[in-house]
Amino acid sequence: MAEPVLSVVGAVREYGERVKTRALDGADLTVERGELVALVGPSGSGKSTLLNLVGLLDRPTAGRIVLGGVDTAGLDDRGLTALRARMLGFVFQFHHLLPAFTALENVMLPEWGDRGYASKELRERSEALLRDVGLASRVHYRTNDLSGGQQQRVAIARALVRRPALVLADEPTGNLDTASSKEVFDLMRRFNVESGTTFLVVTHDGRIADQCDRVVELVDGRVTSDRRRA
Amino acid sequence: MPFEWFVALRYLRDARGQTLLILAAVSVGVSIIVFLTALIGGLQASLVDKTLGSQPHVTLQVPREAARALVAPSGQVAVARDVQASAQRLRSIDQWPVVMADAEREPGVLAASATVSGAGFAIRGDAKAPIVVTGIDPARFLAIIDLAKRTHAGRFDVAGGNVVIGSVLAFDLGVGVGDKLRLTTTEGVTDTVTVAGLFTVGNRAADQTWLVTSLRHAQSLYALPGGATSVDLKLADVFEAERVATRLRERTGLAVESWMGKNQELLVGLSAQRSSQWIIQFFVGVAVALGIASVLIVSVVQKAPEIGILRAVGTSSRRVLDVFLIHGGVLGLVGSLFGSALGALLAKAFEGIARDPSGAPRFPVELPASLFVQATLLATVVGVLAAVIPARRAARLDPATAIRNG
Ligand SMILES: Nc1ncnc2c1ncn2[C@@H]1O[C@H](COP(=O)(O)OP(=O)(O)O)[C@@H](O)[C@H]1O
Ligand SMILES: [Mg+2]
Repeated sequence: MAEPVLSVVGAVREYGERVKTRALDGADLTVERGELVALVGPSGSGKSTLLNLVGLLDRPTAGRIVLGGVDTAGLDDRGLTALRARMLGFVFQFHHLLPAFTALENVMLPEWGDRGYASKELRERSEALLRDVGLASRVHYRTNDLSGGQQQRVAIARALVRRPALVLADEPTGNLDTASSKEVFDLMRRFNVESGTTFLVVTHDGRIADQCDRVVELVDGRVTSDRRRA
Repeated sequence: MPFEWFVALRYLRDARGQTLLILAAVSVGVSIIVFLTALIGGLQASLVDKTLGSQPHVTLQVPREAARALVAPSGQVAVARDVQASAQRLRSIDQWPVVMADAEREPGVLAASATVSGAGFAIRGDAKAPIVVTGIDPARFLAIIDLAKRTHAGRFDVAGGNVVIGSVLAFDLGVGVGDKLRLTTTEGVTDTVTVAGLFTVGNRAADQTWLVTSLRHAQSLYALPGGATSVDLKLADVFEAERVATRLRERTGLAVESWMGKNQELLVGLSAQRSSQWIIQFFVGVAVALGIASVLIVSVVQKAPEIGILRAVGTSSRRVLDVFLIHGGVLGLVGSLFGSALGALLAKAFEGIARDPSGAPRFPVELPASLFVQATLLATVVGVLAAVIPARRAARLDPATAIRNG
């Protein structure tokens, strides 16, 4: 069997100095290549914390995060940044685009900021992605001049531009109306099917979770159920 | 365009009001530096120019004769003696052509000229005035002190019994161009010469006493056939004069004097001015640094979420650091360009306001290219340094925290 894209083994994350809160209390999760996984659970159950650990934005208090076969415990800050750049794409709830830049520049950012320069090929690839997400006419708009749904589609294009093995999305539709939510999720579904990109999506929306291959539920920092769609 | 430059310039452009404000502050600071430096530089240059208009940079002469006792005391004889300073006779430098050739090879020496110079009197009718006779080789001497340029009546000609004299001396004696004069030298030689031209060098003593003739003529006036009493030098850098003089003094054993040795007070004044200039530059630099640093600190706080995203999507902390260093450097650089232009305009305007009756500026300013280069470098380096603390703060931002709070 092929190596999983991600495996989280007994991940613990504590916050606080004296009074410790356990945001994660021994979570285990394995994601195979090509899966579209929904991560659900009540507010405060540790979903964002888990995503931050997987996204290498944060380190676990205990446990292991293995990304594409690489155990991340042994990496320094620079190694984490490099692995993040190579393997991961991010979509956040508040889209987190840079308002000083155009849609196209935002999509180019991950590779540009990693390599230091922007190739013509990157520009073309980014433009193609923006066309793919239906924003051909908005390429040179500043992100503040786009609607919420459009901004989130730019964020998806940005997450995909380096063809990452795994895209992490933290409530990507949490701020959108129903129609926009559907558009955004359909996009992720499409990229998942067409290019085999793996998605781990935190969501509160039952309809979205229902369309995923797998639904993992987190309660009080532990995985309490892991259902695969028939 | 490199990523760091692109992001830094975009941030500068987007925060237009903030950018313009801090650019204005940097410009004002730099223009103060440029203006004051131009003014002080101009004043110093004109002071030095006036001083050197009638002095060679370095002069080599025969050492003065020390008084010697005629009878030396010994073990058996006690001697009562009264040693008197001997009268200083004019003496020629031994093998002066060799000395001059040697001095010309000294690094930094542009020109050398041998002269015979002595005292005497000029007589015209009832008028009699003490003079300093200087015999020169015009081709060489004019490279040291350009008397031809300062000859404003008649022409500069010292051949065939012609002489040029200071304008005040001419006035004292009541002579003009074409008139004849009688000279008597300390050697008792007397001769008649024709005044070919009058000069004014701006130094009262020179204008009142100088009579310039040919080297050969002076040699005969002072009974020094083939001799020269001094070798004068012109240097590329006038402030090297004392060092060159010291080296030549040690090598030749002659009495070597520099203009700097003769003008100590002027030099002390100049160096005090220069220190005050450094102090001004220092404080302006500090003010510029504080301005840029405060703007950047605010900017880093405002942009914390964006910096977090940049970091999250794969930008290294090193690049984030560079973005803000460039930000600071560009503020310094652009501000200093405007400031240089503003300072130059101010200096030129100032020069235009105060003028002599003759129309020459009373406060000449100096605006060498090096001044602009120096001001620009200073402001750019200060901008980068001021950005170090905010930039490090930005580079250390934790991406997870920055995103959560965004
Ligand atoms: N940086 C932090 N400092 C302290 N406590 C935190 C921090 N981040 C999250 N927590 C706590 O950890 C728990 C899990 O939070 P989170 O992972 O954001 O939950 P979810 O995303 O499932 O709503 C919560 O109790 C939250 O208050
Ligand atoms: Mg959350």
